[in-house]
Amino acid sequence: MPDMHVVVCVKQIPDPAEPGKLEGDNTLDRSGKLILDESDSYGVEMALQLVDKAGGGEVTLVSMAPNNETSGLRTALAMGAAKAILVSDDALSGAGALDTAKVLAAAIKRAEPDLVLAATESSDGYTGTVPEQVAALLGLPSITFAKEIHLEGETVKVQRQTEAGYDEVTCPLPALVSVTAGVVEPRYPSFKGIMAAKSKPVDELKVADLGLDASQVGAAGAGQEIVSVDDAPAREAGEIIEDDGEAFTKIVEFLDGLKVI
Amino acid sequence: MALNRIWVYAEAADGKVSPLTLELLAKARSLAGTVEAVYGGADADAVAGTLGAHGASKVLATGDLGGSLPGVPVASAIAKAVNDGNGPDLVMLGTSYDGRDVAARLSVALDKPVITNNIDIEVDGDSIVVTEPIFGGTKLVKTKFTAAGPHIALFRPKSFVAEEAGGGAAAVESLEVADAGQAKITNRHVEEATGPKLDEAAVVVSGGRGLGESDKYQLIEDLAKLLKAAPGASRAIVDAGWVPYSYQVGQTGKVVKPTVYIAAGISGATQHLVGMKGSKNIIAINKDPEAPIFSVADLGIVGDVHKVLPKLIEALQAR
Repeated sequence: MPDMHVVVCVKQIPDPAEPGKLEGDNTLDRSGKLILDESDSYGVEMALQLVDKAGGGEVTLVSMAPNNETSGLRTALAMGAAKAILVSDDALSGAGALDTAKVLAAAIKRAEPDLVLAATESSDGYTGTVPEQVAALLGLPSITFAKEIHLEGETVKVQRQTEAGYDEVTCPLPALVSVTAGVVEPRYPSFKGIMAAKSKPVDELKVADLGLDASQVGAAGAGQEIVSVDDAPAREAGEIIEDDGEAFTKIVEFLDGLKVI
Repeated sequence: MALNRIWVYAEAADGKVSPLTLELLAKARSLAGTVEAVYGGADADAVAGTLGAHGASKVLATGDLGGSLPGVPVASAIAKAVNDGNGPDLVMLGTSYDGRDVAARLSVALDKPVITNNIDIEVDGDSIVVTEPIFGGTKLVKTKFTAAGPHIALFRPKSFVAEEAGGGAAAVESLEVADAGQAKITNRHVEEATGPKLDEAAVVVSGGRGLGESDKYQLIEDLAKLLKAAPGASRAIVDAGWVPYSYQVGQTGKVVKPTVYIAAGISGATQHLVGMKGSKNIIAINKDPEAPIFSVADLGIVGDVHKVLPKLIEALQAR
């Protein structure tokens, strides 16, 4: 089997355990520590396994983040990725999904991968369109929502989730595949991996390095503008009780009142 | 008027139009005089009746996709029509597997933004404004399109109520595919499902990590059976492999709005809340009094699911 060069798109996001905040310009506050989006750990693991199976090749990470953030990248490098490309540029503040895809696509092109992997959506923005937009910009075939991936020669075979179950889908390489959580069990970085990650190369780029026009990929080029951000109507506070061994009767009463039993 | 003509991406399985498509058609009708459906498949005649009854005046059909995933061919067909000067002002798509693919490919083909995860849309003077919930639905963001149309917007399931308009079958016209696509479906697998469907059931009983181990999911199944409910799950236990993905309720997974939603051993991560907080009544059982699920619960029981559920099941069996 020939060497496999796999690019994995990874996002470094504010810790989802912390409550989200918006900046004055309504962009997400990313000033705190950023971490590797857990959804991306599945793609990293899948890529490492595919390279292993091919018997050669390497995994390159591609990420876009503010302030030259690398802490999330280091996590993925510690898992075993060989190197990373990071695009960090103030001009990208307020970039929409399409702009983000343009930046990622330009960076991915440099790595000339056989396969590009991404999560189906990030855990902070949830737009869920970036992987497919990247594929379109690179002129690659794509398969989204993979729950299993196999490589056979120049073809990628995927089990793609559907409403009813899954479809078997194939396409020629090079290609982009977006993976769901559950496609593989991500490894924990070993101590050796964590130490090695510190010296792995991270190529830090600006928008201009990618041959893109900064005025076209930031907030100015997004083609959309936030009009307002308001609190959603809150649900009325409910009744919260401690189980004293008889709380189930409360549930029965509640269901009775709604005539569902 | 800012919107004269809207295209709705129509999806169907085995000739049955998806509820999400009908929801979008209902909303589209309230916004524009001309609503047309774009359909990727060979059986446009089979769906033209339903689509027409829900307000589509035409079905613009690509014909047989030859096994291709719809993203590339359907987007290429819409883009070609737009470039030929026959496009709409707005393309509405549902947040589904294929809807997202089509929207993303179309956005690149037209070099236009796509605004995703919307639950509403309105015309405000000359502006088209969409509403998207963020931070687990605690805040609503309104965004307007600032570039020239056609605009592309994705909507979450159950954002609108489907309603028949009383029209006859829509006329079927063909929409030329410019790029057939290279990703091909070679086989389809349908997972056996019994009982009510998760996104249509009046009662949903979901379990999460608090159940402790996969065997305990049986408690959820037992309770669901007694209540004629659909069993659901949090992402955590789907990822852990306890139940299939089709059980998942949440941002990734199904959006449910049943009369009663029972969350057992689910802490209520943002990911989960987004998928169920629209339920009419919510009952939560969790041993952590600080769990976010209690912030949306009408009845919250701070307690051990392993104690509460067996007693509840026993009480319901005795009735």
